[in-house]
Amino acid sequence: MFDIERWQEIFDTIRKNKLRTFLTGLSVASGIFILVILLGFGQGMQNGIAREFQQDAATSVWVWPGVTSKEFKGLNPGRRIQLRNENYTKSSELFKEEIEYKSPRIFVRDISVNYGNEALVYSVQGVSYQFQQIENCKMSEGRFINYSDEMTTAKVVVLGNKIKREVFGNVENPLGDFIDISGIPFKIIGFFHEQEEREEERIYIPITTAQRVFNGGDRINNMSFTLPPVENFDQAASQAIAFKEDLETYLKQAHTVAPDDTSALNVWSALEEAKRYYGLTGNIKFFFWFVGICTIIAGVVGVSNIMLIVVKERTREIGIRKALGAKPWSIVGMILHESIFVTAISGFAGLIFSMGLLEIIGPHVEVDYVVNPSVNFTVAISTVFVLILAGTIAGFFPAWRAARIHTIEALRDE
Amino acid sequence: MAKMIEIKNLQKSYQMGKNSLHVLKGIDFSAEEGELVAIMGSSGSGKSTLLNILGLLDVADTGEYHLDGKLIKNLNETKAAKYRNQFLGFIFQSFNLINYKNALENVTLPLYYQGMGRKERQKKAMKYLELVGLKDWAHHLPNELSGGQKQRVAIARAMAAEPKVILADELTGALDSTTSYEVMDVIQKINDQGNTILVVTHENDIAHMCKRIIYLKDGVIEEDKKIKQVRASEYVQ
Repeated sequence: MFDIERWQEIFDTIRKNKLRTFLTGLSVASGIFILVILLGFGQGMQNGIAREFQQDAATSVWVWPGVTSKEFKGLNPGRRIQLRNENYTKSSELFKEEIEYKSPRIFVRDISVNYGNEALVYSVQGVSYQFQQIENCKMSEGRFINYSDEMTTAKVVVLGNKIKREVFGNVENPLGDFIDISGIPFKIIGFFHEQEEREEERIYIPITTAQRVFNGGDRINNMSFTLPPVENFDQAASQAIAFKEDLETYLKQAHTVAPDDTSALNVWSALEEAKRYYGLTGNIKFFFWFVGICTIIAGVVGVSNIMLIVVKERTREIGIRKALGAKPWSIVGMILHESIFVTAISGFAGLIFSMGLLEIIGPHVEVDYVVNPSVNFTVAISTVFVLILAGTIAGFFPAWRAARIHTIEALRDE
Repeated sequence: MAKMIEIKNLQKSYQMGKNSLHVLKGIDFSAEEGELVAIMGSSGSGKSTLLNILGLLDVADTGEYHLDGKLIKNLNETKAAKYRNQFLGFIFQSFNLINYKNALENVTLPLYYQGMGRKERQKKAMKYLELVGLKDWAHHLPNELSGGQKQRVAIARAMAAEPKVILADELTGALDSTTSYEVMDVIQKINDQGNTILVVTHENDIAHMCKRIIYLKDGVIEEDKKIKQVRASEYVQ
């Protein structure tokens, strides 16, 4: 392997057979390239989907009402379901054990929001203090609504960063300032940051304030819960599904909805959804691996094919070498040495090129569901070695056969 | 004079389907150091088979073969390769140069298989190329050389390993007569330096440029005579 004479002999041969070497190399390099790119995109999809679910707490469960579609107990279909405070408090009590955080939400409508002379066209939502954990929103300044705000129906607001940028861009220190909601001053107590920009366009006020000040009564628009995190994903998912089903059953009973009515009450569990998507990405990844491995196999077949042709083409040369005193193993060694060298170099070239491409392009890829395609280096490098190994085995047999050909016959080969 | 080649009762037959073709039917022959022997015979007389056996490219069925006093018997491929490399030099009718290597590299090849260093073998190869008068063509590829030049490269290659015996199989078969004489001139010169050379040929004029002619017919030696050598230089300007 480290015989310098042998290396010189190999380099001579390679230098003088550039096209052959190039073609062998190309098939190997493209095989590796395709595999790495495919694997990269598989990872990118997984990243993208993981990110979709990071926006809210991973274990969150959301409830929002709809319209009944089935006649039940004498009630006509087409009835709009309205959630009320009692549904929320009852659910919280019923599932006290399962729930980690909980919050109702009300969308405050028919209001005008002003800051000085400026009108703010953003949605105003009444939420509970635990909504922060459910939405996974990070405070960049000040604080979120707290328990005492809720108890005292405090007139306080928490604004998204986008609002801050758009409205308070020139204001030195907007915290503690007031905005008017339908003529009532609300004190700004904090600004929050969200992953998704459109979720930064919200104005949060305490739910109690929203209901009392803006004629909300005991109506709520939706409810959200989170479950305590569990290490095991499957366990967490099955808990979430069980909770979701129980909650749905309770709400359907409370609102006299047919058990099989799918449109009256929507209960959505992030984990259940995540499970479905993860299953999907699992399948996609499997598919990419499958395609990748097929590509590698095609590469190996290509390499062995070329090896076969190379050996055939060199039969006479092998005969000459043998007549001049080359030992059979030195013939096998020479052919394998050359093929391993070429596969290794081109394999790594394909690897470096594709990984470089992923490295440069990857971070800029932010299409829906594909984020930062990248590939595990260990995986990529092992595929190169697999390819080299396979190429070696594939090359060995023709080389061995060539070395075994009778010298006289080899010399007669045209 | 030491016997370079000594064979006794050499027999060889080939299996052709069900029939057995008896090619060599008991050859006894010896050649001393410094001899220049022509082996003649019509096609099918077994002369190439004999040369292949002498060249360790083929194995006899029965009989004894001593090469430079060593009994050649039960050689495996590796051992045969080693002996070919150290003791034998080949010259073929179709030159058998490696076409992607230049003249110098072709000549260095047997030295490479001897394990000689790059510098040393290039120096040595150059010496032999000079001997055959191709020093200025050292860096030309075979397809840039004429037939006679190619055969002279092949002779230099056969010489480079400094073998005990040089075996030439129809070395002038692909050359016109002028070129043939030029090549034979080189052969005679290296024979004058004491190299033992066996030439298989079916051309009378070539055979008469050797010192001894063996006529093979139907697998046996019909005639073995020493002759007065015709110097090829007489025909070469």
